Amino acid sequence: MSTIAQQGAAEHRMPRDHFLNAAYTIKSWLLTMDHKRVGLLYLISITFFFLIGGTFASLIRLELATPEADLMEADQYNVAFSMHGIVMIFFFLIPSIPAVFGNFIMPLMIGAKDVAFPKLNLMSWYLFIFGGTFGVLTTLLGGVDTGWTFYTPFSSTYSNSNVILAGMAAFIAGFSSILTGLNFMVTIHKMRAPGITWFKMPLFVWGMYATSLIMVLGTPVIAITLALMMVERGLHIGIFDPALGGDPVLFQHLFWFYSHPAVYIMILPGMGVISEVIAAFSRKRIFGYEFIAMSSVSIAVLGFFVWGHHLFVSGQSIYAGMVFSFITMLVAVPSAIKVFNWMATIYRGSVSYDAPMLYALGFIGLFSVGGLTGVFLAIMGLDIHMHDTYFVVAHFHYVMVGGAVTAFMAALHFWWPKISGRMYPEGWSRLAAFLIFAGFNLTFFPQFIVGYLGMPRRYHVYPEEWQLLNIMSSAGATILAAAFIVPAIYLAWSLKNGKISGPNPWRATGLEWILSSPPPEHNFPTTPIVEEEPYDYGEVIDNPVHEEEHEKEREHA
Amino acid sequence: MSVSTEAAAHGHDEHAAHPEYMRHQFDDMDQQNDAASLGMWLFLLTEVMFFGGFFLGYSIYRSEYYESFVIGSQNLDVFLGGLNTVALITSSVTMAFAVRAAQLGKKNHVLIFLVLTLVLGLVFMVNKYIEYSHKLHDGLIPGYNFLWTGLGDGQTIQLFYGFYFCMTGTHGLHVLIGLVLIVWLLIRVWQDKFTTEYYAPIENFGLYWHFVDLVWIFLFPLLYLIGGLAV
Ligand code: HEM
Ligand SMILES: [Cu+2]
Repeated sequence: MSTIAQQGAAEHRMPRDHFLNAAYTIKSWLLTMDHKRVGLLYLISITFFFLIGGTFASLIRLELATPEADLMEADQYNVAFSMHGIVMIFFFLIPSIPAVFGNFIMPLMIGAKDVAFPKLNLMSWYLFIFGGTFGVLTTLLGGVDTGWTFYTPFSSTYSNSNVILAGMAAFIAGFSSILTGLNFMVTIHKMRAPGITWFKMPLFVWGMYATSLIMVLGTPVIAITLALMMVERGLHIGIFDPALGGDPVLFQHLFWFYSHPAVYIMILPGMGVISEVIAAFSRKRIFGYEFIAMSSVSIAVLGFFVWGHHLFVSGQSIYAGMVFSFITMLVAVPSAIKVFNWMATIYRGSVSYDAPMLYALGFIGLFSVGGLTGVFLAIMGLDIHMHDTYFVVAHFHYVMVGGAVTAFMAALHFWWPKISGRMYPEGWSRLAAFLIFAGFNLTFFPQFIVGYLGMPRRYHVYPEEWQLLNIMSSAGATILAAAFIVPAIYLAWSLKNGKISGPNPWRATGLEWILSSPPPEHNFPTTPIVEEEPYDYGEVIDNPVHEEEHEKEREHA
Repeated sequence: MSVSTEAAAHGHDEHAAHPEYMRHQFDDMDQQNDAASLGMWLFLLTEVMFFGGFFLGYSIYRSEYYESFVIGSQNLDVFLGGLNTVALITSSVTMAFAVRAAQLGKKNHVLIFLVLTLVLGLVFMVNKYIEYSHKLHDGLIPGYNFLWTGLGDGQTIQLFYGFYFCMTGTHGLHVLIGLVLIVWLLIRVWQDKFTTEYYAPIENFGLYWHFVDLVWIFLFPLLYLIGGLAV
């Protein structure tokens, strides 16, 4: 398997001035107005939360290695899976790609000097940390046991855990996400350099736009929902508790009105990344640009009308269920359009298998499995059997870990040279990608089977005949955990010791690649004017020498 | 990809003098003003979604427990509520005048109209304070000292009051934040920070203020006038 990294023979030097060496003080980071630094602040913070979430996941898989309760009591187990879900969803996956790479890369891609509102951007990070502090506090005080879904009346009346603290954590982090979405929408509308028309934007930017739309329209609804839940818990007025005259299904409607679109907050940015990576490593113009762009937007819009597929067995009217079932299947259409377009891009491309591409290929397969099993679940009759079983758990881990986290890893490896100016060791990075893929499948594929056999989610004990499948899953989780440690080590190592990457180690198109790596503090000295289409790889294949010359010119400029 | 690095047609030279109020990430004032205004509209959209949750819950329980909602509503002070409606609507007018004055660069008029808006907002808050303390005195604070002795189902009447306090409380918080922002604007106007080219903060605050007013225009009939005017 050839890689682009192997072909890069030219010697490069680090640029003299860049955003990392512009200032070294702590204050220059904590009060930064630079979108690139804010992106890195997020990268550090979400890595921290990924570690916490991962620890809870390990506890869960450890407990489930045996059918009996040996490590934890039921109550502790409830805390483990709730904290795992809350931390991973609200504090890792939702901010992951948008807050890190959306912040760092998106303004570069559109030739902007920064996001539209740099101060607000920094404030989003502080809100995130403020919410995160509540999250950490919740953990330290014994956690919460409602699941990440906070279903009433358990959360609002009966639970004896730190529901209000955890609710506040998600509530506050929500505002961080709202402000980020707002900032990105304004940035994409108003800050594009001349020549970058809507249909010349890189697809990652389209992904960010669609994501931001959901953040802006959906997140306020989860804020009010959690607020009402907390009010009910604090004041005992019957909004959701049937014993007090309230309606628990109303909570579920409100919750999923946000949280289904939220799953697209998690996957759309990933799809944007994959479009960039696939084109760069197939050295081909992306196939069906308009279709990919528009499918992002239609996923975002349709995503607001399918929440009822989480309520098939909650006492929702059967006719509503039928409509929701139908619209849910419609969402699979734009998702499939993307997959087919990526395949067509790879087809007869000049493919190289560097780490980002390995993750991207993994994404296509795993996301397809996740999406298709989603369609199973969208069938009402089938869902009565599968609802709240491990089949659902496997479904959403295929899309969230196999899809979104894999895309995050692809983004990290694709843009790492841009961020740090250094290459990571190639062999290790490819090994880690394989290990993550293997560990992931071993962890979650057995869960489809055990779920189909009827194992319910959120229990700490299970009948003995399911032990084999559970052991496989726990073994896979061990590999997965180890596999995630590998990149942490070699990426840190590369910061000092990695080969200097030069501006464009992948010979990729896009404005971010004409800047030095790491980019200068104010990005573009003058606003660039763009004449070409994005993904103009034709030139690159035909005339690699010409391209090299270009690169040299740019370095001198 | 061929990209020219020459300055864009409407771009500025990095070293050219920019007015103090122009932020470095923008090429010109038009871009900055457009961005600020779009940002405010989007923010108001998130506010609509946020209040939307209240209105949805309210509608459902109003139709479910209509009787209790009527009883709860008739127990509110329509006079004070009406007075507040007048105060807020008037303040929207004075705010609009303030924006217009800023557009024309008439500093004194801006100051006068902003002060008027501030005073009307304060009237609203004082009225709200009087209303809330009456409710506290009457033992109508849900979850705190709620005791319903009159006719009807206390539990669901408490639910009405729950919505009443959540919705007017959240709205009141918005008014309060607005008042703080007016004070901030007044200081900035006083210091001559705004020009006829740069008054976006005043204009966008105006949008916010009208929105807050608009929310109240929905809240007043929905909360105070259920089942018609109590005579
Ligand atoms: C083709 C697209 C998809 C379809 C048709 C689909 C369908 C469904 C259905 C019907 C359920 C409800 C199952 C049940 O609870 O009985 C479900 C659950 C879930 N899905 Fe998907 N899904 C899709 C894509 C995604 C994506 C892209 C994500 C995340 C990135 C995601 C995350 C989840 C999560 C987290 C749950 C479970 C929530 C919970 O109960 O805790 N899904 N999906
Ligand atoms: Cu869903």
